[in-house]
Amino acid sequence: MALDDQKPSGFKFVGTSPDRPDGLDKVTGRARFGADAYAPGMLHGAVVRSPHAHARIVRIDTSKAEALEGVKAVVTRADFVDGLQGEFGFVLENVMAGEKALYDGHAVAAVAASSQLIARDAVKLVEVEYEVLPHVTDVDAAMAENAPVLNDSYADASVPAGHHPNVVRYHDSGHGDVDAGFAEADLVIEDSFKTEATHQGYIEPHACLASLGGDGKGELWCTTQGHWIAQKTCAALVGIDTSQLRVTASEIGGGFGGKTTVFIEPVALALSRKANRPVKIVMTRSEVFRATGPTSSTSMDIKIGMKKDGTITAAQGIFRLQGGAFPGAPMEFSAMCAFAPYSLTNVHQVGYDVISNRPKQAAYRAPGAPMASFAVESVIDELCSQLDLDPIDVRLKNASREGTKASYGPKFERIGLVETLEAAKAHPHYSAPLEPGQGRGISCGFWFNHGGETSVSLALSEDGTCQISVGTPDIGGSRASMALMAAEELGIPYENIRVTIADTATLGYNDVSHGSRVTYASGLATIKAAKDAVGKLCKRAAAKWGIPEDAVYWEDGCAKPSGANAGNFDPMPLAKITKSMGRSGGPISGHFEATPEGAGVSFGTHIVDAEVDPETGKTAVVRYTVIQDAGKAIHPSYVEGQFQGGAAQGIGWALNEEYIYGEDGRLQNSIFLDYRVPVASDLPMIDTVIVEVPNPGHPYGVRGVGETGIVPPLAAIANAVSAAAGVRLRHLPMSPPRILRALKDKG
Amino acid sequence: MVKVHLWSGLRTLTGGLECVEVEASTTGQLLAALSLSYPELEPVIESGVSIAIDGRIIATSLTEPVSAENEIFLMQRLKGG
Repeated sequence: MALDDQKPSGFKFVGTSPDRPDGLDKVTGRARFGADAYAPGMLHGAVVRSPHAHARIVRIDTSKAEALEGVKAVVTRADFVDGLQGEFGFVLENVMAGEKALYDGHAVAAVAASSQLIARDAVKLVEVEYEVLPHVTDVDAAMAENAPVLNDSYADASVPAGHHPNVVRYHDSGHGDVDAGFAEADLVIEDSFKTEATHQGYIEPHACLASLGGDGKGELWCTTQGHWIAQKTCAALVGIDTSQLRVTASEIGGGFGGKTTVFIEPVALALSRKANRPVKIVMTRSEVFRATGPTSSTSMDIKIGMKKDGTITAAQGIFRLQGGAFPGAPMEFSAMCAFAPYSLTNVHQVGYDVISNRPKQAAYRAPGAPMASFAVESVIDELCSQLDLDPIDVRLKNASREGTKASYGPKFERIGLVETLEAAKAHPHYSAPLEPGQGRGISCGFWFNHGGETSVSLALSEDGTCQISVGTPDIGGSRASMALMAAEELGIPYENIRVTIADTATLGYNDVSHGSRVTYASGLATIKAAKDAVGKLCKRAAAKWGIPEDAVYWEDGCAKPSGANAGNFDPMPLAKITKSMGRSGGPISGHFEATPEGAGVSFGTHIVDAEVDPETGKTAVVRYTVIQDAGKAIHPSYVEGQFQGGAAQGIGWALNEEYIYGEDGRLQNSIFLDYRVPVASDLPMIDTVIVEVPNPGHPYGVRGVGETGIVPPLAAIANAVSAAAGVRLRHLPMSPPRILRALKDKG
Repeated sequence: MVKVHLWSGLRTLTGGLECVEVEASTTGQLLAALSLSYPELEPVIESGVSIAIDGRIIATSLTEPVSAENEIFLMQRLKGG
C-alpha cells in the first residue's frame, strides 16, 4: 500500500490529542475490568498449586474437598481434552499439570464453591501426593551436562546434536565472515552478560467469569489482549466448537504481552461445565507472579570488533534464554534484533531456547529484544569509551538505513534510525553538563512490529454519528486513535464517533493486541471501513441528485458533485444522507477484513543520566529522553505515553525487578512489596521526541510504537550507571547489592 | 525460479544450502515448493515462518506475489507483546 491514499491537503483530526474516550469511566470507577463481572448463581473458583519446582504427581484425592459444604465442583487434568499437540498441548499442560508439576505454582487442580472463602478452604483439602524431583531454574545450569531433564521430547529438529534435552530450539543466522572481520578491527571486545526474569507488572490481575452448559455453549468474560485467541484456545482445551464459545474482553488494566494467552479461563470453563453454574476466578497477586508468564532470563556472550574511526568490522552474539518449563523463549528475536540497528558486513547470531523449572514465559513488549540490546549496546559503549569516540557519532557511522542489508537478512525499506540519532545529538539533553557522580548513557533499539488478522465494522446512525466495532482490546489508547482516523475519513467530529471493542460473536477473527499492531492494522482497517461507508454515502447522494455515482466525491464531511458537468448541487452533509437512509436503500455501514502485511519496523534512541551512591549502591535516574520513529503519530499524547511507559518499565527491569528463586526452586518475591517496580517517585519526567518517517505500508504512514520503547532502556541505563560507577555492569537488574559488589571488585 | 535465502540454522536441513531455488509465483506456492523440495524444512514451515520480499516482511500471508526479480528471505514467524 502506498501513501497515495493520504489526503493531499494534510490532516484535520489526525495528529491532535483530544480527550480519551475511556477517561471518565476510568477515573470514576465505572469502567468494568476483569473482576467486575457477576452472574446469577455465580460460584467462585480457586486453584490448587504445586509447592514444588519439579515433582511427579503420584495421586490426587479430591474427596475431602468435594465433601465440604458449598463446594460444587473440583477439576483436575482429567476434565480437559486429552491428546492435544503443539502449542495448545503446551498451554493445556501449563494451565493444568498432567503427570508432573513443572514449577512452583503450577496448577494441579481447581475447585468451585459458593464463596471465595469456601473455595480457598477447599483448596487446602485437596490432597496431592508428590514425588519430588531435582529441579533447575538458571539458564546456564539448565544447559549443563548433568542438569535435571524436564522433558526429553520437547527439542525440535533445529537443535544440533550434543545438546542437553533442555535445549529445545536453536537459531543461527548472519552473513559475511566474522573471523575476517575481527582480524580487521583495531579493538575487539568480548564480554558476557546476564539478565533476570521480570514480570510485565500489569496492575490488574487475571480475572474471568465463565459459563459453560452441558450443551457445549459457553460465555466467557475476561481481561485479555486477544479474545479470539482466548476463544480458540479455551474451546480446544475444553473440547467444544470454537463458535459455541462467545468471549467478551473486559477493560484491561495492563497487559504488555502477558495477557496474550490463557491461564485461568479454561479452568473456569471446566469448573462451570461440571457445576452447571457460572464460575468466576480472580488471581491473587502471588498467583500472578508464580503462575503467569514472566519474560525470559538470559545469559549472553557478545563479541564486536571496531576500527579506530568507529567502523564496526564484525559482530557476534550468543543468546541463551530460558522460557520456563515449555518451549517458546523468544531467542530468535533476541538474535534477529540484537544487531539490527547496524549496517554490518560480518555478523553472526546464535540463539538457544532452554526449558527450566519456572512458569511458562509469556511475551513482554518486544519479546527478546531488550535483553539482547542491553548486551550489544553495552559492548558498543565500551568500544566507544576505549577508543575515545562519541557514542552517537559511532552509531550514526554504522547506522542501518534504507537499503542496508539487515543483520537478520533482508534489506530495510524506509526506516528512521538515523533521524532518531540526529535528533538525539541535537537534543539539549545530550550536551547538558553532568553533576559529579553522574553518568550518561545512550542506546539504540529495534523492533519488527506486526500486522495480523483484522476485522472492523463501522455503522452510521440517523443523526449523522458513527459507531465503530473493532476486535483489538484497547491496551494503549486505540479507541481514540480509531476515532481520529475515522473522523479524518468521514469528515465528522471526533466526538461524534464511538468505538467499541466487539465480542467474538460480532466480528470476524481478530489477532491479539500485540506486536504494536493495533494502531497500524486496526487503524488501516478503520480507514478502509470508513472509505467503504463513504462510497455508499456518495452513491446515495448521486441517486438523490440523479447523476452517476462516479460524478460524486467526498470532502469535509459532505458529498459534492465532482465538477460543473456533474451538476450544480449544494454539498450534501453526512447527517442529511443518514437522516433518510432507511428510506433510501437501508442502513449505511462500512466493513474491512484483511491481514495487512505492511507493518513497518521501528527504531528508537534513548539518552539517560544516572547517578550512583557509592555507599549504598542506590541508583537514581535523573534525566531521561526517548526519541523514537512513530511513522505518523495519530494521537501524539498517547504516543508519548507509550514512549514513557516503555522507558518506565525499562528502568524497573534495569535497576530493580527480578524473579528471585530459592535453593528449593520456590519463588521468593511474589508480591509487589518484594518485587520492586518503579513508582512515580522513582522516575524523572521522561522527555519525548516523536520522529515521523512514514511507513510506506500504511495509508497515513503509521508504525507501531508500543514495543520499541522498551528495547533501548536496559542498555542506555546500564551505560549511564556504568559511567557513573566507573565500572561496567553486566548483570541486570543493577540492584544496590550488585552495584556494591561491582564497586568492591573494582577496588 | 525464485531464489530463497534461508537463515543459516536451516542449512542442516537443506544439505548445506543457505540459498535455494524453487518454482513459485506466490508466498503460499513458495512454502509448498520448499516443503516438497526439502522435506526436512516442512516441520519448520508448519510451525510458522515469515517471508521478507524486498525488505517488506510478510508475516503470514500465502497470497503475496513473488518473482525472480524479488529478494526473498525466509524468516522465523514474527509475533510480539
